[in-house]
Amino acid sequence: MSTDEREQVEAQLQALFAAHPPADTPEPEFWGAQFDHGLAWVQFPEGVGGLGVSPRWQAEVNRRIEAAGGSIRNRYLNILGIGMGAGTLLAHGTEEQQRRFLRPMFTTEEIWCQLFSEPGAGSDLAALSTTAVREGDTWIVNGQKVWNTLAHLAKWGLLVTRTDPDVPKHAGLTYFVVDMEAEGVDVRPLYQITGEAEFNEVYFDDVHIPDSMRIGAVGEGWTVAMTTLMNERVAIGGNVAPRGSGAIAHAVEAWKRTDGSDPVARDQLLGYWIEAEALRLTAIRAGEAARRGTPGPEGSTAKLHWADLNKAITSFAIDLMGPEGVTYPGGYEFVRPELTATRTEDPHKAFLRARANSIEGGTSEIMKNILGERVLGLPGEPRVDKNVAWRDVPRS
Amino acid sequence: MTTQTTPHEGEMTVTFVETDEQQQLRGMLRDFLGSRATSERVREVMQTDAGVDDAAWKELGEYGLLGLTVPEAHGGAGSTFVELAIVVEEAGKRLLPVPLLSSAVLGTTVLQRAGTSQQLQRWLPDVATGATRLALAHLDERGRLTADPGVRATRDGDGWRLTGTAGYVIDGHTADLLLTAAVTDDGLALFAVPGDAAGLSREPLPALDLTRPLATLRFDGVHVDAEAALTGGDPITALHDGIAAGVVALACEQVGGAQEVLSTTTAYARERIQFGRAIGSFQAVKHRLAEDLVKLEAARSAALHAARAIAAGDRQEIAIAAPMAKALCSEVYETIAADGIQLAGGIGFTWEHDAHLYFKRAKATKLLLGDPHLHRRLLGDVLSL
Ligand SMILES: Cc1cc2nc3c(=O)[nH]c(=O)nc-3n(C[C@H](O)[C@H](O)[C@H](O)COP(=O)(O)OP(=O)(O)OC[C@H]3O[C@@H](n4cnc5c(N)ncnc54)[C@H](O)[C@@H]3O)c2cc1C
Repeated sequence: MSTDEREQVEAQLQALFAAHPPADTPEPEFWGAQFDHGLAWVQFPEGVGGLGVSPRWQAEVNRRIEAAGGSIRNRYLNILGIGMGAGTLLAHGTEEQQRRFLRPMFTTEEIWCQLFSEPGAGSDLAALSTTAVREGDTWIVNGQKVWNTLAHLAKWGLLVTRTDPDVPKHAGLTYFVVDMEAEGVDVRPLYQITGEAEFNEVYFDDVHIPDSMRIGAVGEGWTVAMTTLMNERVAIGGNVAPRGSGAIAHAVEAWKRTDGSDPVARDQLLGYWIEAEALRLTAIRAGEAARRGTPGPEGSTAKLHWADLNKAITSFAIDLMGPEGVTYPGGYEFVRPELTATRTEDPHKAFLRARANSIEGGTSEIMKNILGERVLGLPGEPRVDKNVAWRDVPRS
Repeated sequence: MTTQTTPHEGEMTVTFVETDEQQQLRGMLRDFLGSRATSERVREVMQTDAGVDDAAWKELGEYGLLGLTVPEAHGGAGSTFVELAIVVEEAGKRLLPVPLLSSAVLGTTVLQRAGTSQQLQRWLPDVATGATRLALAHLDERGRLTADPGVRATRDGDGWRLTGTAGYVIDGHTADLLLTAAVTDDGLALFAVPGDAAGLSREPLPALDLTRPLATLRFDGVHVDAEAALTGGDPITALHDGIAAGVVALACEQVGGAQEVLSTTTAYARERIQFGRAIGSFQAVKHRLAEDLVKLEAARSAALHAARAIAAGDRQEIAIAAPMAKALCSEVYETIAADGIQLAGGIGFTWEHDAHLYFKRAKATKLLLGDPHLHRRLLGDVLSL
């Protein structure tokens, strides 16, 4: 089976490279051709960006494209679409929706954002209050979302709404794709600790969404949202960076610029180096286990470990800089970037940006609850809102 | 995180997938240890003078698990260090008091690196069955690894005369053959000294960890024949390789022990009720266990990878992976073992609860063959940091 798959992937790569040399083809055009050859998400069915082969081949495809001088930065430019939206559409969207959305998503011609969190519902996502009320074939949406990454660039939003306030919170949700250019959608920048506005507030004032843009059944929004969040974790956990790269590289560089005389700092540096490398190895283990269909705890521990370690290492790198640690080279720019700042090459910005790692995509506290309950099998918290209609639950 | 997947040049291919045989080995060990290495049995053995479970050792030998890294030509199984690491990890879960580390890892590695083919032929088959137990004496009386190991060897007719003291020898008072590092006029050399040699006295050391005995060996003009000198390889390389194997084995043992403590503690947190709820439903407890799980998975990655580096014989990678595994696993085991006491509450502080056995093993393994600071320093040197 896997030799067949290898040949299949290889044949498509050859054909793609022959017709569209990665180094000489404009990015969106190349990405479109990549999609047409089934190499966007290799595990997807043919016709919607895939070949129906094991997802493990994607890493090979990406590596080959980069080696040939091509770019895979569409994954960062449209991180919420390609990383999370695509998997959601594949699992719960209609074929028509898949054919409409996936290709321009992959080419970055249409950027996506995720409209889940609200001022009153973050960790407790199912508590959200943005409403969608049905009028014939149209839904009328009102409410406010917040912390929405790249919403200022997005053409489409993944939106969860409340369609029934009289049932317990998880039961009354419905999921939509919303046109960010529709009337009544107002996107306002929300500046962050780094001075950038990667994320936004989004207001909905009688926004009309056709029913054909609903993903999954009415009242099934929670299940669909869970698929999005699962894809988010896979997107984070499945990546394996080279040894010594990322935050630890900043710390090593900062250490090399000291006179190297502080044995305590050296000990700490190596402690972090070891943890970063162990985490990298864990990501490899998680990937192998997932591909063999026997996922272990390593997949779930990786996000939590990464978030906390990345904060610690980026902070330590600043400590090592001494006086330079109190500067902020480049200053606070107050811009709305075209990329999330996650991959920033500036150690000062990386240090500030890292504070988000234990909040975005589920806080570290919530991750610990999940690990404790789902992996270790510990009992859940006492629930005060379980069988109560959403309408009757207290909210801030 | 980035999506780059290209490995560094020269980096060995990293994989963790276990073969069916390796999984069977694990399963078999779990069955065996589950019935043989009970808490009662371990406690019974640790109170004896020898401190070794002879019956369990014999059975391990019969199963062919003591000569895993010994070639078939010498009566071993011809397996790799990965299999041996599995045995060590599983034994570490149960604190099995047998000389696995001293004989099957340290002794066997050093002997294979330093012995001549005649010496290997003579000793390895019995080492592989467990009939001959090896121990490695390479530290001075105070447990320091220095250029001067504390024992001196001088020519004595055809043979040699050994004088001095070797300290902190793991299983030193029960081993049949003591691989002893000694300085000669020509530099460092290794000797295989029979445990019953005249002039050798062996004193058990009162040990923090009762499940792993240590001894002081005093050589009072011990005469050995010329055949006792291990002259088949460079003694320093042999010691180096033996210690690296020991370091990685300890890391694997630590992962096994930490896993066991975490499982036991988690089970307790599910059952113990206070304030009308299982204590594991309180976040202060739940979060601590979740953090321990995160640490354990990182430690496991490091230990497994180091074991594979040894199996691959990749010296460059061993120089990175071994100190890394020992530093990380030591600290993780200590933390998880300490949490094991804390989260069991008052009962966790009692002698009858097993938490202290693991806590002591954790502390002792942290310090044996180099503490985390030393290993981080070694790693820093390798990485030029
Ligand atoms: C950089 C960044 C990008 C983001 N991008 C998006 C996006 O694109 N789309 C989107 O919809 N959202 C996005 N978010 C929002 C993110 O998902 C939420 O911030 C997150 O889920 C936490 O919710 P909250 O901010 O409301 O905090 P709260 O839920 O109010 O939490 C506050 C504190 O209480 C703790 N806490 C809450 N509940 C519990 C509990 N049960 N047990 C223990 N502790 C608890 C939390 O851990 C936290 O420390 C982004 C956030 C950041 C920082």
